[in-house]
Amino acid sequence: MAIVDEFRRVKGTGKAGRSRSAAHRFDGRAAVVFLAPWFLGLAFITVGPMVASAYLSFTDYSLLEPPQWIGLDNYTRMFEDPRLLNALQVTFTYVLVSVPLQLGAALGLALLLDKGLRGLAFYRSVFYLPSLLGGSVAVALLWRQVFGAEGLVNQFLALFGIQGQGWVSHPDYALGTLMILNVWTFGAPMVIFLAGLRQIPQMYYEAASIDGAGRIRKFTAITFPMLTPIIFFNLILQLINAFQTFTQAAVISGGTGGPADSTMVYTLYLYQKGFTALDMGYASAMAWLLLAIVAGMTAINFLASKYWVFYND
Amino acid sequence: MRHDAPTDKPTLTEVADQYPEPATTPSRWRANLRSVLKHTGLILFGLTMLYPLLWMLVSSFKPNDLIFREPGLIPSDVTLSNYTDGWTALLHPFDHYLLNSMIIVAGSLIGNLISCSMAAYAFARLQFRGRNLWFAIMLMSIMLPIHVIIVPQYILFSELSWINTFLPLIVPKLLATDAFFIFLMVQFFRGIPSELDEAARIDGCGHGRIYLRIMLPLSVPALATTAIFTFIWTWNDFFSQLVFLTRPDMYTVPVALRTFIDSTGESSWGPLFAMSIVSLLPLFLVFLFGQKYLVKGIATTGIK
Repeated sequence: MAIVDEFRRVKGTGKAGRSRSAAHRFDGRAAVVFLAPWFLGLAFITVGPMVASAYLSFTDYSLLEPPQWIGLDNYTRMFEDPRLLNALQVTFTYVLVSVPLQLGAALGLALLLDKGLRGLAFYRSVFYLPSLLGGSVAVALLWRQVFGAEGLVNQFLALFGIQGQGWVSHPDYALGTLMILNVWTFGAPMVIFLAGLRQIPQMYYEAASIDGAGRIRKFTAITFPMLTPIIFFNLILQLINAFQTFTQAAVISGGTGGPADSTMVYTLYLYQKGFTALDMGYASAMAWLLLAIVAGMTAINFLASKYWVFYND
Repeated sequence: MRHDAPTDKPTLTEVADQYPEPATTPSRWRANLRSVLKHTGLILFGLTMLYPLLWMLVSSFKPNDLIFREPGLIPSDVTLSNYTDGWTALLHPFDHYLLNSMIIVAGSLIGNLISCSMAAYAFARLQFRGRNLWFAIMLMSIMLPIHVIIVPQYILFSELSWINTFLPLIVPKLLATDAFFIFLMVQFFRGIPSELDEAARIDGCGHGRIYLRIMLPLSVPALATTAIFTFIWTWNDFFSQLVFLTRPDMYTVPVALRTFIDSTGESSWGPLFAMSIVSLLPLFLVFLFGQKYLVKGIATTGIK
């Protein structure tokens, strides 16, 4: 929504804004002052490191000796590195399964909570709280206990005579516990959906009622189309977030990405390569692959959005 | 989302709801039943969602062995020893880590509030060459994964001997690198009538005074949202603190919590839960008192 709108605005009205500024005044000097911290940050904290990281990705560098230029070696190594290919697979599985489930839950609950439900603010808080705490180390540690061999889940299963296993220590299930944690934090997109639902003019529904439309027809003809920009916005935001997930995987697996690399998400492998193995050239190349993947997914989403996102302007 | 919030005029259906049909008609009765079922369902679902958190809270007061036996919320035995044990279980007492986290939070708060509002003023109110281009760059930097720049940042900061100081975590905030908040404030500033600064300008105010005396005082909601989210993000941040702080006396709460299992073994869940609760408490308080700004902030910009 907001950011996506901004991009469309910048693209659409760029010329109009310029001609207005030409007719008006220029505040170049004041702008330099007000933007000085941001320019410095952009140069030294963002763009400078990006350039350096691009250079390092073509070198062999361990912090201890000066970087050695090795050309494309890091990039070719990546595609022969089984652990990296595994990390990609783990991350894609995590993202492609948990993000749709999370957004589905968010949309479903938002629809239930809409329409002047009594106690809306209370329910919204209850469902939002996990989003707030879900990124913390404390909750990741809690997850490790809850899905552990003697954890909360298995204690409940034992009440029904079922002997559960250590979910976080089983290679088939460990990633699933991370996905559940991500779905659990559906509150943030839900709040965005709720705000979007309130923006749909009530008169559309009233007109539809007069025309004899039922609940389902109203959803497919009004709610869903009107909500597509927000679904799109949430999708982009959550995809980018999920691709960068680190804390939960690092804490739940005890920093190893185990068992058997089953929770070795991309950023965790990057961290291990860069800061444990001190293979900083390789880690830089990995970082650029991550950026390419995130940018590529966002671009594909923007292209695809033409076919399903409805802008009412 | 724009700031022209939906008007609070009652709609036709809301007016109609105030004049309900007699409660005895079958359709009313069905509607009531449906409402009861819906609320029951929502409450049960909410309880399930919060159950692990509630259970952790209760378990932090249980003797350690009961944590592995009692899935219920009513403890058969209550003790405070988890809190006293947990506080001193690591190399430093827990208040040491709390203080470290608070220093970083305080620096980040000051940095974000000043630097992001300054940049936002320029983007919202000043005319300068290339404004749209810089604005687009700012928007794109929001989506840049930190992982792309962390390695060279680490090299840069270690050249400056800043590793194991709080500077790598605070200085970037002083330089407006949390561009999300620039965006949030630009959105807000645009909603402030420009007649106000035109009038001030006629009265002889420069940009500095307009920013300080008009924009900032009128932007308290946006500043509050920024402060709250800065607090939450910094308090929860794990990745960059893990990278830049490797000496135990510089550990923050999340980094210290993570070492708990390594240093005390899998058996000491009681003290771990107790300190986890301590670490979540500030977030919970912010959530309680800052809810209005939280919900507004998420709704207008979609931050988490």
